[in-house]
Amino acid sequence: MKALVMALLLLLPAPGLAADPVYIADVPLEDPVAEARAKALMAELRCLTCQNQAILDSNAPQAQTMRVEVRERISAGEDPEEVRAWFVERYGDWVSFVPPARTDTALLWAAPFLFLLLGGVLLARRIRR
Amino acid sequence: MIPELGHFALWLAAAAALLQSVAPTIGLWRDEEALSGLAVPAAVAQGLFTALAFAALTWAFVVSDFSVALVAANSHTMKPDMYLVTGVWANHEGSLLLWVLVMALAGAGVAVAPATLGPRFRARVLSVQGIVSLGFFAFLLFASNPFDRLIPAPTEGQGLNPLLQDLGLAVHPPLLYIGYVGLSVAFAFAVAGMLENVVGPAWAKATRPWVAGAWAMLTLGIALGSYWAYYELGWGGWWFWDPVENAALMPWLAATALLHSIAVVMKRDALRAWTLLLAVAAFSLSMMGTFIVRSGLLTSVHAFAVDPARGLFLMILMALYIGGALTIYAFAAGRVAEGRQFAAVSRESALVANNLLLTVILGVVLVGTMYPMALQAAGGAQISVGPPYFNMTIVPIVLVMAFLMGVAPLLGWRRSATGHLAARLLPAAVAAALAVVVALTLFGVRGIGALLGFGAAAWLAVASISILAKRGLTLNSAGMALAHLGVAVSILGATASGALQREALVAMRVGDAIQMGPWRAELMDVRPIAGPNWTAVEARLDVRRGGDSVAILRPQSRMFVAPAQETTESGRAGWWTGELYSVLGQPDGTGQWQVHLWFKPMVRLIWWGALLMAFGGLLALGGRVRALKPRRGVEMSGSPIPQAA
Amino acid sequence: MKRLFWLLPLLGFAALLALMAGNLGKPTEAVIVSHMIGKPVPDFAFEGTAGAQGLSRVDLAAGGPPVLVNVFASWCLPCAVEAPQLQALADNGAIVHGIAVRDTAANVAGFLGKHGNPFTRIGMDVQGRMMLALGASGVPETYVIDGKGIIRFQHLGEIRADHVPILLAELEKAK
Repeated sequence: MKALVMALLLLLPAPGLAADPVYIADVPLEDPVAEARAKALMAELRCLTCQNQAILDSNAPQAQTMRVEVRERISAGEDPEEVRAWFVERYGDWVSFVPPARTDTALLWAAPFLFLLLGGVLLARRIRR
Repeated sequence: MIPELGHFALWLAAAAALLQSVAPTIGLWRDEEALSGLAVPAAVAQGLFTALAFAALTWAFVVSDFSVALVAANSHTMKPDMYLVTGVWANHEGSLLLWVLVMALAGAGVAVAPATLGPRFRARVLSVQGIVSLGFFAFLLFASNPFDRLIPAPTEGQGLNPLLQDLGLAVHPPLLYIGYVGLSVAFAFAVAGMLENVVGPAWAKATRPWVAGAWAMLTLGIALGSYWAYYELGWGGWWFWDPVENAALMPWLAATALLHSIAVVMKRDALRAWTLLLAVAAFSLSMMGTFIVRSGLLTSVHAFAVDPARGLFLMILMALYIGGALTIYAFAAGRVAEGRQFAAVSRESALVANNLLLTVILGVVLVGTMYPMALQAAGGAQISVGPPYFNMTIVPIVLVMAFLMGVAPLLGWRRSATGHLAARLLPAAVAAALAVVVALTLFGVRGIGALLGFGAAAWLAVASISILAKRGLTLNSAGMALAHLGVAVSILGATASGALQREALVAMRVGDAIQMGPWRAELMDVRPIAGPNWTAVEARLDVRRGGDSVAILRPQSRMFVAPAQETTESGRAGWWTGELYSVLGQPDGTGQWQVHLWFKPMVRLIWWGALLMAFGGLLALGGRVRALKPRRGVEMSGSPIPQAA
Repeated sequence: MKRLFWLLPLLGFAALLALMAGNLGKPTEAVIVSHMIGKPVPDFAFEGTAGAQGLSRVDLAAGGPPVLVNVFASWCLPCAVEAPQLQALADNGAIVHGIAVRDTAANVAGFLGKHGNPFTRIGMDVQGRMMLALGASGVPETYVIDGKGIIRFQHLGEIRADHVPILLAELEKAK
């Protein structure tokens, strides 16, 4: 938690310099369906300057900027997956909390099934026929 | 002077731990009972001296003795009194001392508890515990001395992180540590059991109360941590699948599995090797959790101060203890063997299925937490494994588990008849169907996951209560029923607060109002206020429902003086149906304030459920402790609940 | 075979320990580099400020020599720290454009008055969205962009004295 506070401190305006970053309001989209889609995506995009937070939960200025970007793109009719891809194109897979489905993450996605299978085999051997 | 005494007591405690580990090891080897018997007084001495050391550090914090470096770095005279005490464990050194204290007290507890498995086994258990404590004493004394002096002493301390100045801090870490370290007793029992070759029903009976107690405390500790994050971090979430949370969850999962598998050993002398592995794993994962939190290995929202050198020390301790235990396991497990087999439809198999699913969750959490690091170490891409992955993989498993938890307690040991099941489970099935229908029609829930969640909660709740109908009211059956009911309650809270949540985010001026569902919230005023060591901007939101004022919410944005930091304090008001949760955001410079308002239905049930679980665990522990006492002759007068059938 | 089976937990733990040991002491803050390097600058056009002309993608892709684009803000402390280095780069013949992020004209003017103005053009990115388009993860950041408007190099964080030759070399490489 200390780390979180440190991270927030780094983003606070520096003393002795001009005030704050220009204020950008979080304005929900008019259309509740679009807003819900935007928020679902915001919960899955990772804040770049925080310690392991989604942009939905972060007060960091850049997370705010990212929320504006997400809302504008969703309200312009983009699909949430297109918006996610736009961010991934710029920041890599790291920016999405959903790991990609690729060969290098095959083990990750297969893990639940592998564990179930392994446990099932071991269990079957213990059961009396 | 008193800090030096504390430091000296710490050395004495370490010496006692050394005696406690060496004397019984030699004594048992040479068969000299006098020597191995020394373990008992040594364990008691270790407990006493550690308590003295802890008291000395507490004193230094309470009188704000800034000549102690740790106090200077983490305390402040302006800090409210309660946080002077809790500040003792709000830092690396102090919390480690608390860890060692709990460990030493647990060792003393083992020493004075009746040795149901004979003095030889007790000496062995104490020697294992002594060895484990010794490593942590070395870590404290050589790498994290809490009594280091700071000369010249500063006139004022640097203060405690504001996020930690909270009642949550007073109770969350101690509970978590009692849980973590309580599992070290199970670890010692497992290692001693393997070395002495006594793993069987009697061993399980002696180990189980320790597991139940540790599990209950760990459950409370995690639940409190979750509640604390919920109201303090100001995002309204209660579980983030953050590495540090996962690190605490993994020992809990192992302990939960252990609590169930040890019952199988106790009742049926089956699953011995598996239970041993779980007992070793539970404490190993606790150590790993502490290591992850302190080494800065993973990026987390709850990270402690990071120090790789300390990480290395802890890692060596882990390698020694976990590696040592697993090596013994590799040799002993084959000899211990699994014990008896069982039929496909039996209480055993249902408990094993529960163990299997808990272990799969544990495995998934471990893989998910470590995968990004492993992939990068292998030269692969930089990825994030976050909440979507864990929810997607773990929620379905939890739902299956909830189903099995309803069935398992109704099955018999060995080979169960199935004829009675349909009749016994009918109420639960009806309740589940009813819950789904109500959610669909009355609340308009459409998500399949949420519907299943409501169904699972109702199913499990009714099935848990019917445990009592089948087994009669004993401490044990009541404990199990309550714990399972707790799971149902938590599932209900988690499902409802997610699926039925309402939210509004607006920029408002004083006098503006927003309508959110049936609630109308008016911003009455925004004004500065002062606390003991902070000032804040506080908003007052008058929430009305149908014209009647139902709550005044007071979210704040706090500025702490020492250290200078800002925190957001959520403004909340709650009823049994749910909770209004508000956060005050930034001003936009034109007189508008960003206000974030939620209604989270039944959110508190998440933690009430955990409380029920822990309480159930303690009841079962009571049942066990009672069973340890001599049974024949006089019935224990203190038992309020008659033993049925 | 049987013996090997009981060794599995130990082996699993050893693997985990090796992984953790290998990562101990490495920085936990992930450094997120832009994945836009080698790609063209996204389309943008910003108004100028403080007497400087504005900046747009067209200016960057006009076929001139490679330039530095510095993302900065008046409220950012490291930006004030790196100001002398930016001046040094400009003095060494580099063309430096600025993008002021979430800032006001008055604050930018004050900042430049206090810390010097090395910029040829300055674009006012009031919403800060150019940062996202570039794949920037913070302020300040500095990009080398060649005459065709392709992003060739990204420098994260403030420019220190020893970074100046590196950036000059990158500019040379981008010709």
